[in-house]
Amino acid sequence: MATTLPTVYIRPTATRSRAKKLSVGRVLAWSFLILWSLLTLFPVYWMFRMAFSTQRELLADPTNLLPVHFTLDAFKRVLGLLPLSTVVDQGGFPKILNFGLYLRNTFIVSIVGTAGNVAFSTLAAYAFARLRFPFRNQLFYIYIATLIMPTVLNMIPNFILIYQLHWIGTLVGIIAPGFLGNAFSVFFMRQFFLGFNRELEEAARLDGAGILGVFWHIALPISLPALTTLGILSFMGSWNDFQWPYFVGGQGRIEQATTLTVALAYFRSQQQSGIPDFTGMMAGALLGVAPMLALFAILGRQIVNSIQFSGIK
Amino acid sequence: MSIHSRAIEPISARSPLNRLRKLFPAETLVAALFIAPSLFGLFVFFIRPTLQGFYLSLTDSDLLTHANFIGLANYRTLLADKQFVSSLLITVRYVLLNIPLQTVLALALAVLLVRLTDSMVLRGLVLLPWLIPIVIATLVWISILSSIGPVDGFLKLLRLPQVCFMCQEYIIPSIAWINIWRHTGYNALLFFAGLQTIPKELYEAAAIDGAGEWRTFQSITLPLLRPVTVFILVTSFAGSFQVYDSVAVSAVPVGGPGGATRVIYWYILDLAFNRFKMGYATTVAVALFLISVALAVVQLWYFRANTSDLG
Repeated sequence: MATTLPTVYIRPTATRSRAKKLSVGRVLAWSFLILWSLLTLFPVYWMFRMAFSTQRELLADPTNLLPVHFTLDAFKRVLGLLPLSTVVDQGGFPKILNFGLYLRNTFIVSIVGTAGNVAFSTLAAYAFARLRFPFRNQLFYIYIATLIMPTVLNMIPNFILIYQLHWIGTLVGIIAPGFLGNAFSVFFMRQFFLGFNRELEEAARLDGAGILGVFWHIALPISLPALTTLGILSFMGSWNDFQWPYFVGGQGRIEQATTLTVALAYFRSQQQSGIPDFTGMMAGALLGVAPMLALFAILGRQIVNSIQFSGIK
Repeated sequence: MSIHSRAIEPISARSPLNRLRKLFPAETLVAALFIAPSLFGLFVFFIRPTLQGFYLSLTDSDLLTHANFIGLANYRTLLADKQFVSSLLITVRYVLLNIPLQTVLALALAVLLVRLTDSMVLRGLVLLPWLIPIVIATLVWISILSSIGPVDGFLKLLRLPQVCFMCQEYIIPSIAWINIWRHTGYNALLFFAGLQTIPKELYEAAAIDGAGEWRTFQSITLPLLRPVTVFILVTSFAGSFQVYDSVAVSAVPVGGPGGATRVIYWYILDLAFNRFKMGYATTVAVALFLISVALAVVQLWYFRANTSDLG
């Protein structure tokens, strides 16, 4: 059984066989790649550097690129572990922040949203790929149409709906629109099921297994790689989301429904004058990036392949 | 068994339950169950809002009181709305600063990656910025570009004139750069995947015919990449016109300084959530919707989308 998506064949690099001689072009090409990699890495490094430094020493010498005076103060500050007087003393944002709570909220939103999206989209995708029923194609056209429609118009009517349901300022309101899945996820999973040989499922049917049995015992285990890919993409989408959780979550003013990105934006927006509490901001940012980096360290190959897949489909 | 059931059939076939079963076989029922939640979600959160959006744009909805139907009044207001025009221009400027550079950089990166290395690590590294939430990417770049950041420090060191990246004049280019930084790698991987679908025989044939690098790129790579290019351009144009998150974080207060970041999406959300003019906000959104559709159609037509020159 393939461990990657069966429809993706990442071919070995086509031009490998060409002579690898040192030429001006090659040197330039490598320089460009290396330069871009450094440009990619620098902000990530910068985030670490600032988060583990003290505000004062950072300001002392802006051109210094090295870490200054390692400390966890910024993390303690944003996690609300220090008394307000100490926070102010350290040049921090004068408010007790609660990034532990925002992190928890973000995890809830991302995990519940992803679970719902993957589950309901997979069910629908399986029906479209494998089951026969009236109006199947017509119904699927609706999904395709939704997939290619711009989504600009959705925000306000959806907000009004959530408002009428009294879900503003709740995690339920933030999760709701994506929970039942979306057209892309259905399309993605349907493509996977279609690309998969149905012989195994038919054999099981002949052996007397019901539709549900075949789905549960054969189709689902086989599609685990695709489910993982969809799960990762969906999780990252929710984790990175800002606009919807911002307005539905109460614009950062309702703690119980504040996600990390919203908290950071709010944190930033409160610092109109003077030098912002950059170390605190970066500590909070790092808390928000760490799970993504961990996910990437574990599932990097799958993430890279899934991006490439979404372009080929 | 079969004789038995045949004997019973005429009677039971007339029973309503069986007729129902014939009309809806088990497979149809299962399919209905499988599709129902997804279709419900699709309707409530994707199809309904689009349709309702068009309707709302014809009302004076303010979220709190009853919305009155006011016909095309909002559209007449829109045509004379200076802020709308100015927001549109700011957004177009942002898009033009963002997309061409981002797309060219992505293509260059992809070509180099294909030619030089099949290292998964390097491809992962290229994708890294995309994993960082845009809010966070923006905050990090703000600190790098701020008056206490390293860029400013080095400008000082080199005795070059200092640049206020987050001030009125440069904030839109700065935001464009932050988005370029975050999205280039993602698009590069899409291009990379597209490049791998081009048969290498074509390159070999071109090499035999004595075609140079540039010529090969122009006559083989670019035309055969067309479907991927269209996909990338259409999606990034649409996304770019809706720029908001990076704007909301970099400008304090949102829309500033001096109105320099009043992009079209800022205008829509400001109307809706600060002034509760839901009706007029959706009118502006409809305009953006139509612009997005028109842009996509033009691009698809221009590039004759799905027709790869590969047979």
